[in-house]
Amino acid sequence: MTDRVRTYDTDVLIIGGGLAGCWTAISARRAGVRAIVAEKGYCGTSGVAASAGPGHWFVPPEARLREEAIARRMAGAQGLGDARWMERIIDRTYRTLPDIGTHYHYTPDDSGAVRRHALRGPEYLRALREKALAAGAVLLDHSPALQLLGHRDGRVSGAQGVSRQGDGDEWLVRAGAVVLATGGCAFRSHLLGGSNNTGDGLLMAVEAGAALSGMEFSSFFTVAPANTPLSRAMIFSFARYYDTQGREIAKPAAPNDHSAIAVALQGGPVLCDLSATPEIVRRQLPQISPNVTLTFRRLGIDPFTQRFPISLLGEGTIRGVGGVRVTGEDAGTDVPGLYVAGDVASREPVTGPVTGGGAVNAAWALASGCIAAEAAARSALENPLDQRSILEPLGDAGLSTRRDRTNSSTTRSAFANTLSKGPTRPDASASSEVEIVLREEMLSPTRQYFRNADTLAAASARLSAAWGALRDATPPSAGPRERQRFRELAAMTATARWCTASAAARTESLGMHRRTDSSTNGSDVPAYVISGGADTVWTRRQAAGTVS
Amino acid sequence: MITSLDTERCTACNQCVATCPRDVFEKTEHIPTIARPQDCQTCFLCELYCTADALFVHPEAEPAMAARLTPSDITPLLGEYRRESGWDEWSENPRYANQHWRMEDVFRLARDG
Ligand SMILES: Cc1cc2nc3c(=O)[nH]c(=O)nc-3n(C[C@H](O)[C@H](O)[C@H](O)COP(=O)(O)OP(=O)(O)OC[C@H]3O[C@@H](n4cnc5c(N)ncnc54)[C@H](O)[C@@H]3O)c2cc1C
Ligand code: SF4
Ligand code: SF4
Repeated sequence: MTDRVRTYDTDVLIIGGGLAGCWTAISARRAGVRAIVAEKGYCGTSGVAASAGPGHWFVPPEARLREEAIARRMAGAQGLGDARWMERIIDRTYRTLPDIGTHYHYTPDDSGAVRRHALRGPEYLRALREKALAAGAVLLDHSPALQLLGHRDGRVSGAQGVSRQGDGDEWLVRAGAVVLATGGCAFRSHLLGGSNNTGDGLLMAVEAGAALSGMEFSSFFTVAPANTPLSRAMIFSFARYYDTQGREIAKPAAPNDHSAIAVALQGGPVLCDLSATPEIVRRQLPQISPNVTLTFRRLGIDPFTQRFPISLLGEGTIRGVGGVRVTGEDAGTDVPGLYVAGDVASREPVTGPVTGGGAVNAAWALASGCIAAEAAARSALENPLDQRSILEPLGDAGLSTRRDRTNSSTTRSAFANTLSKGPTRPDASASSEVEIVLREEMLSPTRQYFRNADTLAAASARLSAAWGALRDATPPSAGPRERQRFRELAAMTATARWCTASAAARTESLGMHRRTDSSTNGSDVPAYVISGGADTVWTRRQAAGTVS
Repeated sequence: MITSLDTERCTACNQCVATCPRDVFEKTEHIPTIARPQDCQTCFLCELYCTADALFVHPEAEPAMAARLTPSDITPLLGEYRRESGWDEWSENPRYANQHWRMEDVFRLARDG
């Protein structure tokens, strides 16, 4: 069935076409190289920014302003920040973001000024798609990547995946270099726009030999009206919350800490009261965030006069921090030919152990995308891929029945080994069990907010069992969608294991990572928790400011 | 979750098939079907791209509540997201201009009063 594989050659392959992937593609084209984006969904509506409204860290090039902005963030980063990275992303964002004005229609503010840093998601992503196409990038929509491809010389040299629409079942891209821009992982909570973000890039990177960092900073939750994905913060900035007995829940010490709500939710529904919202904000709301007003209208709730139940949605590493460890100024990883951009990368250099939601994350996505694109373009030009070179898939967790369909003259299969082990678990039930474990362990706000050695050890045992069941499980059908689904489950499970192992390794509380069995906050020597390993998960501590 | 596709309004343009990030719709010889509702992420974006205002997404992620809605509940709500977002034919109407820039001012008001 090799004729069902569509193959492409390019200089830079970008996996993921959300906020970071689009900027990467635009920058790669500017650097003068060919660029292909493989996107799981549709480039322009997919990714968490498309249904939100990202503000960017946007500081004019005045020395005093920038120094102050960086100093504030360095203090919050508690020893894990890197002022040079902060400077770099502020500068990049300030210089690059206004370029979107060719495709994004800004409405001036009341003073007639245009606020370049504040963009509404659906329009921003639509503009990014159009800009990437205008720049000459090739976009493969509905084309989730399943595996990276490696060259004998140790470089990552492409990827392969499935096509959910169109006339081929599979695609394969041979590339001089690869940028992962697959976003964070929210474990399929109902986070707005987050269902495609299942940690695929983290798994692909680790299988290729990259290390992760900061995976313990993954305990981030957002308030949303119960049963809805509406995880948009602005409307809740005037909120008061009440427990089942009608007692008001104390305001959190830090704006993103919803641990008191998490505790109250264990006793029953928590109700939200927005009656303190000023009249003017109520009137402006439809034009600021139309998806917020429509949500309440369709629920039949007047949020300003009626109390309504809320829930907490897990965000994992999305507005958490952890991800693939960036090893240099070029957004490179431990693996040659592999670069990272956006939420898939660890943002510790610019946020430390606290969230970068609200401004820094979007600036990081944009700027790391530009930086990774330029480095990947240079790397691709310096290491042109020989047409005849043999590429090997670099990992296959959750894909064990995948038949050798890509065995063209240039690609050998790594599945022969797996297949020779004989039939493995033909399992639809394994997958639903894994979903339950993931939900209970990773999406429980109290479990994530209040971590201790015992709960982490129990989680670790359940998750390794889940990994074992999935590792060689056989999807019920070998169709592209089923294979993708099993691969996503494997990626979420692997991600959950790295989060849990890293949380166990950081025995002190720090930033969003809270240990109830430790009275220390931070350590004398600030350190990163590095992690990795697919079948055998490992962690190690590394003092901040040291290399490797 | 995606709730309905109004077969009378639908022009079979297949925009929803192309743009849904979760690949929920399936092309047919006629109008598309909602083939994989369980994959829907309730992002409302298909409504923005459907210029015929044929699609309706209920804000609850599970289908229970949406199942209670009747066509007479849904029809008056069709197209409101596209209109309020100021897309397509609504783009010149100042009432629907994109004022996203106000968000930071609202946050500031909440913080500093
Ligand atoms: C509700 C909300 C509000 C936010 N507001 C702000 C804000 O105001 N300011 C701010 O700085 N940040 C904000 N953020 C964070 C910001 O949106 C993210 O940092 C940013 O979108 C990250 O971009 P990304 O491209 O890395 O990830 P995403 O935008 O999530 O894109 C990842 C893309 O990768 C694709 N993908 C995943 N796996 C694969 C695969 N295997 N193959 C191919 N493609 C794949 C996905 O489909 C997706 O399109 C917010 C986040 C949320 C959830
Ligand atoms: S986008 Fe609307 S009109 Fe077009 S096919 Fe889909 S439902 Fe029909
Ligand atoms: S709401 Fe989003 S995920 Fe659901 S059908 Fe519409 S576009 Fe697709």
